[in-house]
Amino acid sequence: MFDNLSDRLESVFKKLKGHGKLTEKNIEEGLREVRMALLEADVHYRVAKQFIADVKARALGQEVMKSLTPGQQVVKIVNDELRELMGSANEELTLSGPTPIPIMLVGLQGSGKTTTAGKLATLLRKKGRTPYLAPVDVYRPAAIDQLQKLGKELSVPVYPSETGMDPATICREARTAAQKEGCDTVLIDTAGRLHVDQELMDELVRIKSAIQPADILLVADAMTGQDAVNIAKSFDDALDIGGVVLTKMDGDARGGAALSIKAVTGKPIKFMGVGEKLNDLEPFHPDRLASSILGMGDVLSFIEKAQENVDDEKAAELERKLRKSQFTLEDFRDQMAQVRKMGPLEDLLGMIPGLGKMKAMKGVKVDERELVKIEAMINSMTPEERRNHAIINGSRRRRIAKGSGATVQDLNRMLKNYTQVMKMVKKLTKGGMRGMKDMLPF
Amino acid sequence: MAWFKKKKEAEEKETPVNTIEAKGFVGRLRQGLSKTRDILTTDIDDLFRSNRFDDLMEELEERLITSDIGVQPAMEIIERVSRKKGKINSADDLKAVLRDEIVDLMGETCGAVDETITASPHVIMVLGVNGVGKTTTIGKLAARYADQGKSVLIAASDTFRAAAVEQLGIWADQAGADFVRHRDKADPAAVAFDGVEAGVARKKDVVIVDTAGRLHTKANLMEELKKIKRAMGKKLPDAPHETLLVLDATTGQNGLSQAKMFHDALGVTGIALVKLDGTARGGIVVSICGGVGIPLKYVGIGERIEDLQTFDPARFAEALF
Repeated sequence: MFDNLSDRLESVFKKLKGHGKLTEKNIEEGLREVRMALLEADVHYRVAKQFIADVKARALGQEVMKSLTPGQQVVKIVNDELRELMGSANEELTLSGPTPIPIMLVGLQGSGKTTTAGKLATLLRKKGRTPYLAPVDVYRPAAIDQLQKLGKELSVPVYPSETGMDPATICREARTAAQKEGCDTVLIDTAGRLHVDQELMDELVRIKSAIQPADILLVADAMTGQDAVNIAKSFDDALDIGGVVLTKMDGDARGGAALSIKAVTGKPIKFMGVGEKLNDLEPFHPDRLASSILGMGDVLSFIEKAQENVDDEKAAELERKLRKSQFTLEDFRDQMAQVRKMGPLEDLLGMIPGLGKMKAMKGVKVDERELVKIEAMINSMTPEERRNHAIINGSRRRRIAKGSGATVQDLNRMLKNYTQVMKMVKKLTKGGMRGMKDMLPF
Repeated sequence: MAWFKKKKEAEEKETPVNTIEAKGFVGRLRQGLSKTRDILTTDIDDLFRSNRFDDLMEELEERLITSDIGVQPAMEIIERVSRKKGKINSADDLKAVLRDEIVDLMGETCGAVDETITASPHVIMVLGVNGVGKTTTIGKLAARYADQGKSVLIAASDTFRAAAVEQLGIWADQAGADFVRHRDKADPAAVAFDGVEAGVARKKDVVIVDTAGRLHTKANLMEELKKIKRAMGKKLPDAPHETLLVLDATTGQNGLSQAKMFHDALGVTGIALVKLDGTARGGIVVSICGGVGIPLKYVGIGERIEDLQTFDPARFAEALF
């Protein structure tokens, strides 16, 4: 998502590193390009200006001039400052006070409040909480319907609001209803406006004082331009927000809005929306994101994704099978299903350090259909064939290919890959099982 | 300002009701653009008092970039203005030069919008990323055609987002348009096909097809849009006659990427820039017109059903300064 920004920085850094000795002019030229890159990524003008000024002050100081590798030193300063701007660790949702705990979602129209409410409910439930949804957008046509449908899909109770009801009243009644239902968190989906206006702010302030939410999340679109700063500031001034949810992070927006909002309000970005499905909301890790901006990959997110989706028992079973070299085509299929559960392969590849930077990996679209094909081929085999691939002869090959809509060549390729994996596994098991348990099951 | 005076006078002659509406509209347009205007005009007056040209240009750069016009266009404008340094003696001179340069950057594709309908029914396919305001824009567009005495049919091809169909249904009711819908999660291409078919059978003047919002980077979802487009063409060979991309005015430089990628996949014939009444400066307009070469046809300047207007760069520039 930050590809373009990191590309730009990369080329600037390369230039800087190339100089044995840096003059003030070298540094200024380099920083001018960094500034351009930031502005093109929609970082607010003022924020970019301040950022460059800070870097420059440090770069022109003693630490660079004395250093043997001044170029490297400047790069390090840019990195440090970027990290400082983004903040460090992930900040979680504030969930304190008597249950049911109210959480307010605010934001402009189309930023994705209602969808985020559904996604947040999914996330909270994963963490063992029982969410309750309260639609308070009594203005937008079918806004209440939308949340009710999401609630139904998730089997999360939704307060039966009606257009024309008073927002603050809905909130109070929703809290009582949530208590009766035994829910511990009430997510309040407020109305959006086309832009920040007094009427909206007054209503939100009224809701806030009526229910005293534990956290107020501003939902903002990652594609927002320079206006992100004004939006964030107005909401923060009126409501003293607790954090930000950045939506539509799965597009190609360069995410300057994230930097600007953090810089201007000082409030942490707590979550980000990364897809259309209801489980596509992730905690925001500023430190990791800084790494990702700088093209350093995001190993931590990758491992977490793996842990979240891989079944411990299955992993243990796999280990046992690998030890005995009984890794059959059936297991091969299961492994593939597990990896696919972790999300689109392209996203996964992007998290691995170095891969994102490789030229060959640029624009590679991993064809998920290829995986579907492999699955189909394995499914078209008899159980016996799956357990012992050696028996698959020419006539069996033709049958399997026909049954799965693939060609015999496809099947041959797949079997070859499988035998290669088997050989690798054998080598590994001979070399001892040290660390095997922690290895990702591919 | 002559244009606005003329328009006001013309409408004052008609009916008093219209006058209020016209003032309301011009007022709202100006109010909607007031942020841009404040920044590009009032401040220029102030700036001029400081009298140092380089400082002035640096300030101007900030004004332009914070209007989302983009770094490159902003620098180009500054450079062009600097070249005319000798001719600029007052804030008014600077404004005139700025306006000319901005209109020039927008290019020729953005002429006055021709709204005449040649096909019957005239099929409009509406697309855009999530949350830009497609459904609302369709409601306004339907009302606009209904006002012109055209019969309108709306097809709800956004079968993905929860309650999108219901939302569109409410707009269709308000505009007095026919409404074609399927069940939730139905095939959007089938809805589009049925919509066009119903439009032909019921002899409608205009058929508007909604689509689910999608990020322009999702290859599979862009393929789905192509399929929807093909489905319409199967019923009516040259449909859709208009492929309208809706863009949010608060969008930053990403708006350009959206316009380019939707255009590459589907051949966009026009853009509607909505939510222009916020603090959003709408600078992206300039980049889109000049950079992508797709004409900007409509601007959405408010929440009311009549707040969707045809875009005319000269008029837009006049209102800007």
